[in-house]
Amino acid sequence: MATPVPLRTGPFDGAGRLVDYWATVYRRTWRGSVISSFLVPLLYIVAMGVLLGGFIKGDPAKLEGATSYLAFVAPGMLAAQSMTTVFGEVTYPVISMIKWQKVYFSMVATPLTVADIVLAQLGFVMFRVATVSAVFLAVMAPFGVFESWSGVVAAFFVQLLLGLAFATPIFAFTAFVMNENAFALIFRLGMIPLFLFSGAFFPITNLSAPMEWFARVTPLWHGVDLSRQLVLGRLDASSALVHVVYLAVLAAAGWWLTVRNLRRRLVET
Amino acid sequence: MIRAVDLRKSFGGKDGDAVEAVSGISVDVGRGEAFGFLGPNGAGKSSTMRMIAAVSPVTSGELRILGMDPAVDGPAIRGRIGVCPQEDTLDTELNVLDNLYIYGRYFGLPRAEVRQRCEELLEFVQLTEKAKSKVEDLSGGMKRRLTIARSLINRPDLLLLDEPTTGLDPQARHVVWDRLFRLKQQGVTLVLTTHYMDEAEQLCDRLVVMDKGLIVAEGSPAELIRTHSTREVAELRFGIGENETVAPKIEDLAERIEVLPDRILLYTQNGEEAIAKVHERGLDPAMSLVRRSSLEDVFLRLTGRTLVD
Repeated sequence: MATPVPLRTGPFDGAGRLVDYWATVYRRTWRGSVISSFLVPLLYIVAMGVLLGGFIKGDPAKLEGATSYLAFVAPGMLAAQSMTTVFGEVTYPVISMIKWQKVYFSMVATPLTVADIVLAQLGFVMFRVATVSAVFLAVMAPFGVFESWSGVVAAFFVQLLLGLAFATPIFAFTAFVMNENAFALIFRLGMIPLFLFSGAFFPITNLSAPMEWFARVTPLWHGVDLSRQLVLGRLDASSALVHVVYLAVLAAAGWWLTVRNLRRRLVET
Repeated sequence: MIRAVDLRKSFGGKDGDAVEAVSGISVDVGRGEAFGFLGPNGAGKSSTMRMIAAVSPVTSGELRILGMDPAVDGPAIRGRIGVCPQEDTLDTELNVLDNLYIYGRYFGLPRAEVRQRCEELLEFVQLTEKAKSKVEDLSGGMKRRLTIARSLINRPDLLLLDEPTTGLDPQARHVVWDRLFRLKQQGVTLVLTTHYMDEAEQLCDRLVVMDKGLIVAEGSPAELIRTHSTREVAELRFGIGENETVAPKIEDLAERIEVLPDRILLYTQNGEEAIAKVHERGLDPAMSLVRRSSLEDVFLRLTGRTLVD
């Protein structure tokens, strides 16, 4: 009767065993996500960039180097979209797997560990951010807003880092609160204000001094500014480094908290 | 297969406010045995099962599963056991086959191997026709069978079943029992929790009764009945309100008497003889019957009739 079950071969082996799960989930849900990942950016670009932007005759000096409002807002919307994608992926789906369907409990009953589960799920979230960002960049390309193609490629990878910097802390939050009502709070007091005031739609220098200072510490602003520098081909090495380090530290701290919180939910009970 | 010595589990606060769910139990389960944990809700059965499943850390005491320490070799233990949890924990938006397949992959089994096992197991739990159905649309009994199939995907040496038939209709329960019985015949060690006495009598070679985190009795179903109850029980109904007044007049006729609102139970070696003596004393019960003592009598005696939540 006894059949040997293969032992782990490396640190990513456990997460690798979950690839088929996430592939199956994606096969079931991709049709719905096509509309949101393709149509929504197009609508935003047309409405905010082309139509609203048509009224804005900004001085390029005030648009952080962009030659038009469209060119200014495009990288901002890219980063903002990476953030909203992540919010969707690590709130309701996570709570469902803890509380409603309890799928995580079936996973920890196997040789998989909590860290494997978190790693695999973050991998899936990164895959979602990657597809959404790639589509967004492709949709924007014909509008002639990119100044640097190497910058565009780099900006694509920045979306992954930005996505991770949001994914791990929110994942940790979800695993901590376990209450879907708390999501209204982070969506309304977190995601929407960040979306509107982190420099995606206007230069944060337009804000009052305390508000500007506040915007500068938000993760989205770091992602927006870095994406914009890259896409516009105006990279400032020292501030770019600060952005990367800031986002990486946030992602790492969030990872640690996520594994700890989820372990408390699934195992130490 | 399982050896536990003075096993304890407490939850919550580090000091005084911790709640102890398992308060020092010792069990030994051998290869090929079907072993049951019986007890009312809150007795500590599920906490014990989660520790045996190498998921929940042991608070104190010694625990060895397949000769390994769950604190050290958790993944290795989990690779060789099958777990059928109390709640199905299936992904209800995926279909039956996908649920089975992805679970097999968690064990690191090659894709082709998992596919072949899925086919065999769906056959075994009679779900082959439902392979492409969404789990959402299955009945409770079908979900349970799928969960059992899932727990077998790694061909476990030890199968843990936490209340395998709770909430199922009689037909579905019998199908599950039948499958579990076949597994037992194949030599799989079964450990299950239940609060159904008939389930315990059907499936378990040996069982322990748990109450308030402790083991209060241990043995085979027959041994437990012999030790904790009498061979027979005579049930007498004298009518509402009369049972209490009659009871003192006949209590010497049995080893133990129990007065319930609707009937009197006489625990005795010979039920017919006891009823005859009741009639000799000029008492005329409206109804009387003799039955053999069951595990349920043992259970109620040991854990009380009071409702626990």
